[in-house]
Amino acid sequence: MAELLVWPALLAYGEAAVAYAGNARHPGSLGRLATWGVRVGWLAQTALLAGQAARGEGFPWGTWAGSLNLFVWLVVGAYLIWGCSPRYRMLGLAVMPLAAALLGISYVAGGMNAEPGTSWHDVLLVVHVSFVLSAFAGFTVAAGLAALELWQARLLKHHRATILQLRLPSLVALDRLTVKTIAVSLAALTLGLVPGFARLPEHGVDLLIVATVGMWLLYVGILALRVRAGRRVLAASLSLAGFGLVIVLQLGLLLTHVA
Amino acid sequence: MNLLLVGTSHRRAPVEVRERVALDADRAAELGAQLAAETGGEAVLLSTCNRTEIYLSAPEAASADRRATELLEELAGTKLEPYLYRLEDEAAAVHLFRVAAGLDSLVPGEGEILGQVRTAYERGTVGPLLDRVFNLALHTGKKVRTDTSIAESPGTTSSAAAALAAQVFGDLDGSRIAIVGAGKIGTRAARRLIKRGATLSFVANRTDARGRALAGELGGETIPLERVTDALASCDIVVSSTSSPELVLTKDDVAGVLGARKGRPLLLIDLAVPRDLDPAINEFGDCFLYDIDDLQAVVEETTRGREAEFAKAEAIAVAEGEKFSAWLSTRDAAPVIASLRQRAEEIRRSELAKASGRLAGLSEGERSAVESLTTQIVNKLLHEPIVRLKEAAAEEQRGPESRVEG
Repeated sequence: MAELLVWPALLAYGEAAVAYAGNARHPGSLGRLATWGVRVGWLAQTALLAGQAARGEGFPWGTWAGSLNLFVWLVVGAYLIWGCSPRYRMLGLAVMPLAAALLGISYVAGGMNAEPGTSWHDVLLVVHVSFVLSAFAGFTVAAGLAALELWQARLLKHHRATILQLRLPSLVALDRLTVKTIAVSLAALTLGLVPGFARLPEHGVDLLIVATVGMWLLYVGILALRVRAGRRVLAASLSLAGFGLVIVLQLGLLLTHVA
Repeated sequence: MNLLLVGTSHRRAPVEVRERVALDADRAAELGAQLAAETGGEAVLLSTCNRTEIYLSAPEAASADRRATELLEELAGTKLEPYLYRLEDEAAAVHLFRVAAGLDSLVPGEGEILGQVRTAYERGTVGPLLDRVFNLALHTGKKVRTDTSIAESPGTTSSAAAALAAQVFGDLDGSRIAIVGAGKIGTRAARRLIKRGATLSFVANRTDARGRALAGELGGETIPLERVTDALASCDIVVSSTSSPELVLTKDDVAGVLGARKGRPLLLIDLAVPRDLDPAINEFGDCFLYDIDDLQAVVEETTRGREAEFAKAEAIAVAEGEKFSAWLSTRDAAPVIASLRQRAEEIRRSELAKASGRLAGLSEGERSAVESLTTQIVNKLLHEPIVRLKEAAAEEQRGPESRVEG
C-alpha cells in the first residue's frame, strides 16, 4: 500500500514543475502553489521511503531504481532548505522537472518495491550509499545554482532590461551558495568513499569507482579554482559539467548495480 | 466603531505642515500610550517623513477622533483640518495595507516603509484589534514584495544603478564604491548606493576641492584621477561621470586588478557622455559595465511593467482588507454568539437536571451517552442561527460606506 504514495509525490512534484514554469512567466501566486507542491510531494515521498524502510527486511535502496528514489528525495530535500524562498523560485524550475522525471523513472524501474534488500547490518553499504547519494544530491542542487548564476551573469552581460523583474537571487549570493553546497557535498562524498574503499577487497575496482574518485577530484578542483584562484565563471561552468558526471554515474549504477 | 485613522501625508499636506507633526519613534510611542490611556482603547502612531497617522480603536469613536485631531493640531501648533483625512474600519485597514506595501509612498514599492510600520506597531499601545490589523499590514507588505515586482521598479537611472548593484551583490553592506568625477548624476547614483548600505571608498575628481567636499560628505577619501586604476582592486562598484573627452579607464587598466579581486564581480556604471569607461571592459567575465543607455533601458522596461504590478499590488491590499473586514464582523457578532451558546447550555443542563429522577437507573456509560447526545442536539440546533448571525454581521459591515471624510 505504501508504494501508492508515489502518486501524490509524483503529482505534487509535477504540479510544482508546471507552476514554477508559469511563475517564471508571470511571477505571483503560482510561485506559492509550486512551493506547496514541493512540500507536499516531499512529505509524501518521505512517507513512501519510511514505508519502504519499514516493510523491507533490509536496506531497500541497494538497487539502482531504489537508490534513484532516495536520490530524488535527497535532491528535493536539499532544495527545500532554502529553495522555497521567493528569490530561489527560479531554481525550482531547474530542480523540480528533473525530480519529477527521475521519480517517474524510478517508479517504472521498480524503485518503490519493498523487496528484501541488502541487510541493514551491512553498515558499510548503508553508510556508503547514504553519503554518496547525499553528495550526488548536493552536486545536483549546486549545478542548478551554478546554472542560475551563469544565466544571470549572461543577462547582466547583455544588459537585459528585464533582469530586475525576474527577481533572481543576487549573483554573489548564488556564487557563495554554490561554493558552500559543493563544499558540504564534497565532505559527504569523502565520507561515502571511505566505506566504499573498505569494500574494495571484496568487490574489486570497477569503472564506477574510478569515475566516483574522478568526480571527487573534479569537485576538489572546482573548490580550488573558485576559492584559491578566484575563477568564478570557470568554477560555475565546471559545476555544470560535474552534474553531467552525476548523471553518468547514476546510469553507471544502473549497469553495475550498487548491491 | 472599530478602527479609526486620523492622519496627514504627502498627498494632502506640504512639507512645511508635515515637518511640524513628524515624530521620532520614542515620542510616537509615548503619545500613542497617552492617547490610548485617554480614550480607553488602543493607539499606534506611525510617523515617517511622508506621513503622520494615528490608528485608534476606542469605545467612544467621536471623542477618540476629536482627541487624535487635537493631538495633531497641538503638534502642528495650528489648525490642520484641510490637511487631515479620516478613515474607518475596512477603508482604514486597506489604507494601512497600501502604506505597508509602499503603494502610498512617493516612490511606489519602496521597502523602508515596511520597517517603519513594524516599529510603529511594536512600540504602539496595541490590543486585539490593532494587533490584528498591523499583523495583516505586515503580511500584506511582505506579500506584495513577494508576489509582485513593484519593489524592483526603479524610476530613474540612479535608482536603476542601485537596483542593478543589489542584483549583483545582494545586500550592499560592505560593498565599496568609487566615484570617478563628482558630477551631479554620478553623485546622485552614489548616494542611492550608500543609502542601500554601501560605503564610499574614494572620490577621484579633476577639481580637488569638489572631490574633497563630496568625500567629506559621503565619508570617503579623495585620490587624483591618475591613481584610479591602482585603487580599483578594493572597490566593488565604480560610478563614473566625468566630462573627460577621453576614456578614463581602459580594458588594460581593469585587467591588471582583476586577479587581486579573487572572482568578486566588479560593477561599473558609466553615466558620462562621451563615455568614460572602455566598453571592452564588459568582456571580462567578472566585470559588468552599464552605460547611460543601458540604465535608461532598464528604467523604461520597469516603468512599462510597473502599472501592471501596481494593479496586482492594489488587488492584494484590497483582498487583505476584505479579510480584515470579515474578521471584524465575526468579532462584532462574537458576544451575541457566546451569550446564545451560554443560554442554550443552561437550558440543556436544567432539562437534564429535571429529568435526573427518571435517569437515575442509568449506568455511567449511558449517562455519558445522554450528555453527549443532548450536547450534539444543542450544537446542531445552534449551527444555523450562528452562521446566519455571522453573515448578518458581515452584511452590516459591508453595507454603509466606511469612508466618512477625506
